[in-house]
Amino acid sequence: MNSLYLFLTGPGVWISFFVFFGGFIGRLAFLYGLSLERDRIVYNHASPAWGIKSIGHWLLPWGSASMRLQPVFTAAFFLFHLTLLAVPLFFSGHNILWDEAFHWSLWSMPDGWADALTVVFLLSAAFLLARRLARPEVRILTTAGDYALLVLTTLPFLTGFMAVHHWGPYEAVMILHLLSSEILLILIPFTKLGHVALFFFTRAFIGFEMGSRRGARAW
Amino acid sequence: MAATEQAGTVAGTGEKGPVDVKRVREILDANNGARVRTWLNLCARCGLCAESCFFYLAHNRDPRLSPAYKFKKTLGEMYRRKGRVDRAFLERCHDILWGECTTCKRCSMYCPFGIDIATLIAAARGVCYSQGIVPEGLARTLVNYRETGNQMGMSVEDFIETCEWMAEETGDEIRGVTIPVDKAGAAYMYTMNPREPMFYPQDLGMLAQILTVAGEDWTVPSTGWDCTNLPMFAGDRPLAGKVVKAMYDKALELGVGKILLTECGHAYRSAAFEGPYLAGIPDGKPPVEIVHSVRLFYEYLRDGRIRIDPAKKLKEPATYQDPCNVSRNGGLWEEGRKIMAYLTEDFRDMTPNREHNHCCGGGGGYIPMGPEFKGRRMASGRVKADQIRETGARIVVTPCHNCFDQINDLNKEYELGVRVLSIKEIICEAMIVPEEFLPEQEEEGAE
Repeated sequence: MNSLYLFLTGPGVWISFFVFFGGFIGRLAFLYGLSLERDRIVYNHASPAWGIKSIGHWLLPWGSASMRLQPVFTAAFFLFHLTLLAVPLFFSGHNILWDEAFHWSLWSMPDGWADALTVVFLLSAAFLLARRLARPEVRILTTAGDYALLVLTTLPFLTGFMAVHHWGPYEAVMILHLLSSEILLILIPFTKLGHVALFFFTRAFIGFEMGSRRGARAW
Repeated sequence: MAATEQAGTVAGTGEKGPVDVKRVREILDANNGARVRTWLNLCARCGLCAESCFFYLAHNRDPRLSPAYKFKKTLGEMYRRKGRVDRAFLERCHDILWGECTTCKRCSMYCPFGIDIATLIAAARGVCYSQGIVPEGLARTLVNYRETGNQMGMSVEDFIETCEWMAEETGDEIRGVTIPVDKAGAAYMYTMNPREPMFYPQDLGMLAQILTVAGEDWTVPSTGWDCTNLPMFAGDRPLAGKVVKAMYDKALELGVGKILLTECGHAYRSAAFEGPYLAGIPDGKPPVEIVHSVRLFYEYLRDGRIRIDPAKKLKEPATYQDPCNVSRNGGLWEEGRKIMAYLTEDFRDMTPNREHNHCCGGGGGYIPMGPEFKGRRMASGRVKADQIRETGARIVVTPCHNCFDQINDLNKEYELGVRVLSIKEIICEAMIVPEEFLPEQEEEGAE
């Protein structure tokens, strides 16, 4: 157990971050190269203004007609994403580690906030899971991979919360926390979770296609 | 060339040999650029697209009609199987690709990633078409395009004769109407839907009257006058490119200022947006500026080149059908409404409207697909029928031939009690005809 823990807190971190960033750089570079040859339509009608509008309307809650049609889902969806980003980045436990390793860290939120936001995250994830099961038009599309990724995404938060509050055998919980986070980081660039970066590109394109070319809106 | 012609034969009469997997893989590979790859991989299966689709809404929210389901079952599956598909699979795709989608692009507005599902559907149509699988109604028109350059198979002589005849006829109503053919350097080259010269030549006459009163410098080309592009919807990309290029080339040959399109939806999509890519123009811009009738009529009314007699404005409640390819995909929804303000006294907008308006159900090749698809077209058109009924309108104005036909059919099917009018019809009826254009025999007022 100990050696696994040492691996995950040492090389494991390096590997997963390397694959996360490297994977994205590789995927984006590949797509960029491909687009120069096959997707000139993206460049022919590019317009920063329309790209920003297209992205912006979907980064704001209820910014698009589609989101306004499903307002509760939109709320859960935004809470899910905001807490997903906020907790790992601004949790004191993580920032202490960054500080120890690199003498640099981000701002840390009060631990009480981290607890609350983690609970919000888990509740919104539960909502998304329930929605996937309950709504026929979502269920029919859903694959085993979708369920697996959603569960995998919640594991770091669940196990992190448990570790902080010393629920369950600490070392085992920490190993699960590290393992699930690192696997998640490695999978992100290569799956639909790649929308972390690709959202901006596909949205910019439809902004060019509808807006720049036709003066029409994609939200 | 022979292989392409074989593939274009009417489904059911062509060979039913095994699928040419090599050809399918070629097409899939050609389409496998950054966009298609990313869209297929990125779809998070969130299901937001479902509610945007009128097929889904009209069929009691059948989840199999959500756009994501449709593209995954067709193009997605083709890529998953690496092109190793059989005829039975492609027949099922045919059902989805043509029977359950008009490529109206409403779903792209509702997808968080902005996935262009219509493009995925079109790519899959290309694969089916390459194996001779395409609705018969569409396939029949392709033969006409190939042989005569126009959908209706009209000869150059018949076309020019029709122009001359209509110029003569309308000379009785408006003095000095001409329909100049092949006039070099004209400001506008007018192209039309072949059903106009073929079945409704008075449409051409009406257009001529309006342009005459507006004092426009225009011409009609003897070739390249068909702005429709059904090959685009049939999945025959090379032919679609040839058709639109014939129009561009003629405009360049005549040295006209702009190409003016009749009131047709997909003609605008073809000429202004897809056409340059179909015709292989690298920068994606039409070589001659494309102007849709909605834009020109709006400018005439705005600038007073055409003035409407207030007594002749439509009094009955009227609504505006936003053709997908003129409003949502053409950006001309406000112009259409501004025209309605000039022409009607009681305008009732549909809900939703503008770029969010629903497809009538007749586009994307659906109307030409013929009687075997009519039942489905009427069923999915329930959404549009409900929208119209809710406005309480007695008149539906629409600048698109497919919407025109579809709404006429929906009117009978759902007993809506409406009549459908094109914009040029109303303008022609209601415009003030200045003195100099009144026929010599009449002393006051024009008929």
